Amino acid sequence: MSGTPDAWAALRAQPWRYLGSRWPWGALAYLLTTVPVGLVTLVVLGLTLFVGAVTLVVVVGIVVLATIPVLAGLLGVVERARLRLVQRAAPSGMTLADRLRAGRRLAVSWPEVGYAFLVAVVLWPLDALLLVLAVSFPVVMLLAPWLATVGRMEVMGWQVDPGTEAWAASAVGLVLLVAAAYLVGVAAVAQAALARLLLDPREADLARAVVDLRRSRVDLVDAFETERRRIERDLHDGVQQQLVALTMTLGHAELDVPEGPGLTLVRRAHRQAEQALDDLRGTVRGIHPRVLADHGLAAAVHEIADRSTVPVDVDIRLEERLPVPVEAAAYFVVSEALTNVARHAHARRTEVHAWRQADRVVLTVVDDGVGGAHLDGAGSGLRGLAIRLDALGGELRVSSPSGGPTEVRMECPCAG
Amino acid sequence: MRRLRIVLAEDAALLREGLVGILERAGHEVVAAVGDADALLAYVAKERPDAVVTDIRMPPTHTDEGLRAAARIRSEHPGIAIMVLSAYVAEAYVPELIDSAAGGGIGYLLKDRVGHVREFLDSLDRVASGETVIDPQVVRQLLGRRRDDGPLASLTEREREVLGLMAEGRTNGSIAEVLVVSEAAVRKHVGNIFAKLRLDSDSDRRVSAVLAYLRG
Repeated sequence: MSGTPDAWAALRAQPWRYLGSRWPWGALAYLLTTVPVGLVTLVVLGLTLFVGAVTLVVVVGIVVLATIPVLAGLLGVVERARLRLVQRAAPSGMTLADRLRAGRRLAVSWPEVGYAFLVAVVLWPLDALLLVLAVSFPVVMLLAPWLATVGRMEVMGWQVDPGTEAWAASAVGLVLLVAAAYLVGVAAVAQAALARLLLDPREADLARAVVDLRRSRVDLVDAFETERRRIERDLHDGVQQQLVALTMTLGHAELDVPEGPGLTLVRRAHRQAEQALDDLRGTVRGIHPRVLADHGLAAAVHEIADRSTVPVDVDIRLEERLPVPVEAAAYFVVSEALTNVARHAHARRTEVHAWRQADRVVLTVVDDGVGGAHLDGAGSGLRGLAIRLDALGGELRVSSPSGGPTEVRMECPCAG
Repeated sequence: MRRLRIVLAEDAALLREGLVGILERAGHEVVAAVGDADALLAYVAKERPDAVVTDIRMPPTHTDEGLRAAARIRSEHPGIAIMVLSAYVAEAYVPELIDSAAGGGIGYLLKDRVGHVREFLDSLDRVASGETVIDPQVVRQLLGRRRDDGPLASLTEREREVLGLMAEGRTNGSIAEVLVVSEAAVRKHVGNIFAKLRLDSDSDRRVSAVLAYLRG
């Protein structure tokens, strides 16, 4: 049994393993069952159309013809079930019970009606032809050594004699059979795609929506990061500059104000201004630190490592700057992880490593603390970062057995 | 205090005015106060000041214009003392600054330090008289990332601490105060550091030790 979700994935991902999987058999069964289903559809649709057309003059025909969408709907149920032969998960259509319960309230699905006619008129004859050619011909060739002894055997003007010639024919048959397995697979996949498209237009819409959502999520993270940088810039160029200027002025005043209560007040004001500056800097750091924007991950991580109460070894091997959202995510992973280490881990030391692996960046924060941390830990900002990384196509994992060590590991694509 | 002729470069007008006020209050002469590196270089060439005080981040790219200007000033006019101011600790700058230290004094301070006017002016004086002054916070950050394989590996924890304080430009007396030990004890540590780093007694061993330290 193959682990692939459908015949197409099996064909595309590992063409050689496709042969040994269930999918060639599924594809064969799919095409084989199309023939009777198509025949029945042809007969039923043909009769309905005929009866409808004949009785149209007495109005009853309208009612008869109106059953066609219902019949097409029933065929849809059968066809969705049949799709399981070439894909693991059945498409989420209405079940027969749903359909009967909905009755006439159900809107006519013209693609479904179209599909019914397609099956009745085009698909089953095509499949029948294909099966005859793709299966019977190689099988006959394969059985040549036996057939040639039973009677006279001739394939496309080639009189096959028993013996060596028959065995050669058999070998050719084997090769043809393998080719047929692929041919049947491709045909079944194509037909199933057509069925899905017409029976479940919603699924195609959903697939498109997922692609759009993914893109918009990445855009959102990007926009988020751009906005944070803008806020940081505003704070840095605005309030922060003014506070630095204020501390300068107060420092200047300390030189000029004579000793006394006035000077005490100036000194206090100076301390308060510095405190405000410190607080502001802490805030800015949480938004998007300037050193990160200017100098990249390594410099910014060294800065947080310096403030950490637990000794931190930093080894960041990234020659080029990372894309802005990835860089920011990596920085905040380190920041958050180090905060957690300081708070909960009782660690003696911590190591931060980052390196590039093909087109991905890998970053780890490892401590020798008590362990027991997890992504959803109380007050952990790691959960939010995991979501952010998910949007970037990356992931965040925490491995922290009780007793330690704890490893926070981030991986993220960083091409471009 | 020596009266210095200074060219100042700082792109934020508010801070530029503040700095001018402080420098003039101390009796220095600010011959030019400019907002970008090109103007800085032009005025330095024209005025030949005793010292330059410059911000690192300035237009147009807001990265390290001030630092590159400082390097040029150092190579073209080695006698001019240079004090660079940074909004944050960026270690990447420190080796570049130290390696350009042949010539007049070099200073690297965080902008916050300027608010402590007396200390700032004192640092500026020391840089003007040829010393190297590195912001304590920068030093601490460098201390935090010492690796175990450098020439400093043989130092004890206490000796490293003493060396770190030396890098901040402290005297033995001041180190003794910080560590709450006798000055004699500090002298002993300093002697051990010189011995372990095998510093030549002809050179300024104190400066060499600090440089070895900062280079890692």
